[in-house]
Amino acid sequence: MCVACCIIDDHEKGETRMTGDNTILEVKNLTKHFPIYRGFLRRIVGNVQALNDVSFSVAKNETLGIVGESGCGKTTLIRVMMRAYEPTSGEMLFNQNGEMINIYSLNKRELKELRRHMQIIFQDPLSSLNPRKTVLEIIGEPLLIHGVARGQELKSRVSELLDMVGLSVKHLERYPNAFSGGQRQRIAIARALALQPQIVLCDEPVSALDVSIQAQIVNLLQDLQKELGLTYLFISHDLSVVEHISNRVAVMYLGSFVELAPSAELYRNPKHPYTEALLSATPIIDPDARRKRIILPGELPDPSNPPSGCKFHTRCNYAEEVCRTTVPAWEEVSPGHWTSCHLAKTLSLRGVLK
Amino acid sequence: MMSGMKHYKETADYINKMYNRQSQLDESLADQMRESEKIADATSQWRLMWRKFKRNRIAVVGGIVVLLFYLVALFGDFIAPYTLEQRMTRYSYLPPQRVYFFAGGRFQPHVYALETGRDPITLQRTYVPNPDKRIPIRFFVEGAPYKLFGLIPARRHLFGVEEGIISLFGTDGQGRDMFSRIIKGSQISLTIGLVGVALSLLIGAVLGVASGYYGGWVDNVVQRLIEIVRSFPPIPLWMALTAALPQHWSPLLIYFTITVILSLIGWTWLARQLRGKVLALREEDFIMAARLAGASDRWIIFKHLIPATFSHIIVISTLSMPSMILAESSLSFLGLGLRPPLTSWGVLLQQAQNTQVLLLYPWLMLPGVFVALSILAFNFMGDGLRDAADPYTV
Repeated sequence: MCVACCIIDDHEKGETRMTGDNTILEVKNLTKHFPIYRGFLRRIVGNVQALNDVSFSVAKNETLGIVGESGCGKTTLIRVMMRAYEPTSGEMLFNQNGEMINIYSLNKRELKELRRHMQIIFQDPLSSLNPRKTVLEIIGEPLLIHGVARGQELKSRVSELLDMVGLSVKHLERYPNAFSGGQRQRIAIARALALQPQIVLCDEPVSALDVSIQAQIVNLLQDLQKELGLTYLFISHDLSVVEHISNRVAVMYLGSFVELAPSAELYRNPKHPYTEALLSATPIIDPDARRKRIILPGELPDPSNPPSGCKFHTRCNYAEEVCRTTVPAWEEVSPGHWTSCHLAKTLSLRGVLK
Repeated sequence: MMSGMKHYKETADYINKMYNRQSQLDESLADQMRESEKIADATSQWRLMWRKFKRNRIAVVGGIVVLLFYLVALFGDFIAPYTLEQRMTRYSYLPPQRVYFFAGGRFQPHVYALETGRDPITLQRTYVPNPDKRIPIRFFVEGAPYKLFGLIPARRHLFGVEEGIISLFGTDGQGRDMFSRIIKGSQISLTIGLVGVALSLLIGAVLGVASGYYGGWVDNVVQRLIEIVRSFPPIPLWMALTAALPQHWSPLLIYFTITVILSLIGWTWLARQLRGKVLALREEDFIMAARLAGASDRWIIFKHLIPATFSHIIVISTLSMPSMILAESSLSFLGLGLRPPLTSWGVLLQQAQNTQVLLLYPWLMLPGVFVALSILAFNFMGDGLRDAADPYTV
């Protein structure tokens, strides 16, 4: 009973956070197509539609989880949001001291300034840490780049950060090869926090880790969020991790959001058939429980040649004629619960939380 | 209805707790293990490289030989008993002398005095050592004046004799000591490689890294340029370029121009290698992380890309030294490169290019032995360095 209260409470909090100045960033119709070149003259013969018309906003101090299978555009979304790739169209507004600025209109210098507020944690700490640099150099790099600290001050600043992520000062002079996967991810987190960002984009931060270490890193991220008032965008393909850490969860399929809702609501009451299928695939801890898995027919369509109408219709068990011809609108079906499905109102889908 | 949910949460909590306990154990165990092998932990790339390099015997020998060659070249004027200008016309075409180390049971290096004569049939000069007349070899003797490092005037030589001649490698037709000439030749032959490699490094590293990092049209232009440079056959190209050098230029200018010519052709290999390396590195997350932290291109190139390719640069430059030395030697051998009075191994070999030498004065081909030795030594050392270069890949 109590658990349910918490969830409802959580849910409501999610609602209130959505309003007004509390928004830290807002993504509007973000689209990224990668052109496919062919032949000697490098003609563009098509586009990989990695990201299609994605819109959402993130409130301060919340964690927005994004789930989806491999290749659905999660990483592209983060990279476009960090402006590692330029978007094909769309905009992203970032709340800088109450003023919403479009990050795609910033020049080089302004962008560098913005990077202080937005940082990223990568999936694989093995490749996100330069093997030739010591921990001090790795964590201190953003501080040096932005001229925040140097010399002795840098050292003490990095020591603080190490302490914050549960490593010790004696690790300062070591190279990444001396650390375990979990410790390396802690180093990566310390680097992301070095500039005291407001929002951290986590690109599958625990997927490359051992399951026993995953819990530690997730807990660390949550503690840091409380302590520093961080906002997270948390990408994963692991539904249980996302449920654990997120206030709201978005589901991606083939470069688009198909559903976005407060996490309890999404897990209990999915509105999109794809979400239902995904949820039905999560392992259950109770060995006696039996659940009917929804096996999606067919393969993930080619993102350079997506299906007409609703992109999911080729694999959807409920698809009707309208799904094949018309692109469903991104609609709010109940307060805070967004989905793009023609049948959202009529279907009654099964969640995992009862 | 609630019970299933609760059950789920409780089990999750329990498992979480167990995980935490287990992983704490794991981490503390790992910590202990790491403490015990702390040496391996905190070692930098260079230490790891050095350790791996040391294990390769033949590479170490190569390295020592290379070092020795450069030391001898550096102190060449002091080590050589004669200067380049000294001609002992009485002793032309003298074969290498034998050095005796002991006299009457005592350590006393000496050579025998030579009785000169003429062969009545061929009219060739003959030299007959006279065992009764020993000429002791003196160390730090006064000899012809020279300038050490081209700066410090000095007269002392490492060794020498007070009368007669000491000629370890024989003399040439004008009575010039081959030992001294080979040492002096090494100064040019070995440094032309260094300067040439340094220059081609500069061109190759800048163009290679830029080509790999920026990609797009920069990459295209650089790669096509490399293909054009490479598609020329080298010897005719050298011939054309060196033939264009005015005859009246000073030897120093010619020396410099030749190094430039060699490096203008030699940079392509390095550029290609670095481009490949940078292409791979560019996609690494740590480069992306630096970029997203706000690093400029310059920061990324100089703080991440160049240091990461540094071991490769060293290996590549070591491995391209031999080709530079060989190129200089072949150019000079063909009479297209350096010309006397400049003395390099190639110049020395050029003067030995006839059958007479092969039959009668084979010691004049000794510079060739040194060319081969230095190239072998560089190759062995470079191979060892290459194997040691990336300590993080097993």
